[in-house]
Amino acid sequence: MSFVWTVAEQHEGRLKAVSFELLSRGRALADKLDTKLASLVIGAGVGQPGLRELIQRGADEVYHVADARLAHFVCETWSNILADLVRHYRPVVVLAAATSLGRTLMPHLAVKVHAGLTADCTELDIEPGSDNLLQTRPAIGGNIMATIKTPDHRPQMATVRPRSSVVLPRDPERLGRIIEVPVAEQLFESRVVVHGCRADVEDFVNLEEAEVVVAGGKGLKKGDNFALLRELAAELGAMVGASRDAVDRGWIGYPHQIGLSGKTISPRLYIAAGISGSIQHLAGIKTAETIVSINKDPDAPLHNVADFGIVGDLFDVVPELTRRLRRSKAVAS
Amino acid sequence: MTIIVPIKQVPETSNVRMDPETGTMIRAGAATVVNPLDLYAIETALRLREAHGGSVTVLSMGPPAALKAVKEAIAMGCDDGLLLSDRVFAGADTWATSYTLAAAVRRLGAFDLIVAGERATDGDTAQVGPGLAAWLDVPLATYVARIDTVADGRLSVQRLTEEGYQQLTLQLPALITVVKEIAAVRLPTLRGKKRARLSEVPVLTAADLDVDRACLGLRGSPTKVVRIERPKVARGGEMVSVNGQQGVTAAVDALLEFLRSRGLLEEVSS
Ligand SMILES: Cc1cc2nc3c(=O)[nH]c(=O)nc-3n(C[C@H](O)[C@H](O)[C@H](O)COP(=O)(O)OP(=O)(O)OC[C@H]3O[C@@H](n4cnc5c(N)ncnc54)[C@H](O)[C@@H]3O)c2cc1C
Ligand SMILES: Nc1ncnc2c1ncn2[C@@H]1O[C@H](COP(=O)(O)O)[C@@H](O)[C@H]1O
Repeated sequence: MSFVWTVAEQHEGRLKAVSFELLSRGRALADKLDTKLASLVIGAGVGQPGLRELIQRGADEVYHVADARLAHFVCETWSNILADLVRHYRPVVVLAAATSLGRTLMPHLAVKVHAGLTADCTELDIEPGSDNLLQTRPAIGGNIMATIKTPDHRPQMATVRPRSSVVLPRDPERLGRIIEVPVAEQLFESRVVVHGCRADVEDFVNLEEAEVVVAGGKGLKKGDNFALLRELAAELGAMVGASRDAVDRGWIGYPHQIGLSGKTISPRLYIAAGISGSIQHLAGIKTAETIVSINKDPDAPLHNVADFGIVGDLFDVVPELTRRLRRSKAVAS
Repeated sequence: MTIIVPIKQVPETSNVRMDPETGTMIRAGAATVVNPLDLYAIETALRLREAHGGSVTVLSMGPPAALKAVKEAIAMGCDDGLLLSDRVFAGADTWATSYTLAAAVRRLGAFDLIVAGERATDGDTAQVGPGLAAWLDVPLATYVARIDTVADGRLSVQRLTEEGYQQLTLQLPALITVVKEIAAVRLPTLRGKKRARLSEVPVLTAADLDVDRACLGLRGSPTKVVRIERPKVARGGEMVSVNGQQGVTAAVDALLEFLRSRGLLEEVSS
């Protein structure tokens, strides 16, 4: 039987939230296709509780490929392992996250198994009658939504934008199988050596996973003024982002950049201060749930797409907002 | 080092404005440019050549007009270019594009490194680079933000991931895709522009490549576009204006009220 598969992601043995988001997508598709949902875990260090959580959040089966040499992502090795599994089990759909890992691994795998692949989907459905996977994704900087299908090739593969799906509640009663998959020695890639991961670099952020993002642009006037946003972010439990103009001026590091040549984010709340809202910036925030714009120019394009806009001076509004949040917290505690 | 840089010609977006009503791009006279993110790939290749010698060849698949993009890359300092242009290439998805580019790379002969852009700003897929590495069976590093060393047939790089910078060493020949952080892009020089004008860029068709025609263009593309919609961008949001200090307080009040109504603030007191 042809299952729906999701590729789980982990970091240092901890399954990432996106692994569970993929399960809710996969569950809906598997139910429509009347088939089972399997999740693949590649790497070392995910223990039984983690594997069971995948089942409790929607998987029927978990394929666990564990080896100490799989501690770090190496595209060729992952792709070799998956290609073997795909050829053996013949899944009908394979979903991965549209992350640096998924967006590297999946196109590599698609070539190996001659499958179609759609990038960065925000909606997935099954076409009635044909059972084809309908994959909808933003293109041209989010200005159009394209729906794509792969009628003549299997598996149908897609990467799914992080934070674009809700996680299913955990059902402790749900049962499923955990299958330990051995790795053939020749699947290990010897042309690539991973030395590790530096996260200690000055001010690194993982904006893609943030629930709340507070971002600043050229309106901040100088780099030191990002302190205002950092204070607000601290009150909101938010991460700090920036427009390209702020990054190019050296006010803040590139990992903070949001937009066409930076990151695409989908937080629950996005607050922009002193950002005009160029088409390139908007490309990165279209799928934010709620957008708030603080800009003294009433005609700033970001005000147009915002759910709430304040036409005013950010140097008045942002500190006041921080103060009020701080005060209401003090009152609450 | 023998370096190949695949580049794509895309519609220019920097001057494009949005129609807030329909959510469409106002493409009045929108010109085409080298995919802006490919400029970082070109810059990276030129710097490697400056440090280690060798040559940089740009490779593009597209309509005849894409010759302009190839010439622009030569004006920036690339040694030569190659354009793949043929009706049967049209409508290729990333699978078919990477298949075709791989055939062209094989025709170019031995190489040390391919430097691709992170993604093209029109299709936005970021799939052609990894796909090309798979076809050519060479080691791959995507989202490269820094090149540390090139020595003894090995390339050490740092790739930008959600968790930080992953450090890895690849055996050459290899393929990398680069992000904007890697370098500031140079402008074409006058001399470069002249050289570009005078240079002969070969244009190859499917007949010049060792390819299976069933794998080319629209026909060879596993993915098919079913429909295209234009989402409305305007969210019809609430707007408050600040007038004087009282206005600041009132505006922040209204914002806090709004955030609470959407369940975006945990604490309940006012
Ligand atoms: C190929 C390409 C890729 C790009 N990629 C990106 C990208 O990934 N991300 C990105 O952001 N941009 C990107 N850009 C750049 C983009 O076109 C804009 O130049 C940029 O987003 C503008 O940044 P900004 O909004 O901070 O600055 P500006 O457009 O200058 O806007 C500053 C805003 O601050 C407001 N302001 C000033 N002072 C105050 C104050 N005291 N209080 C309140 N408001 C104030 C002004 O009214 C103005 O609206 C790209 C451009 C190109 C060509
Ligand atoms: N038609 C093409 N010709 C040459 N290179 C391309 C082409 N399409 C994509 N590329 C390369 O692949 C990268 C990723 O493109 P994409 O997968 O379309 O987002 C680009 O930055 C280019 O380096």
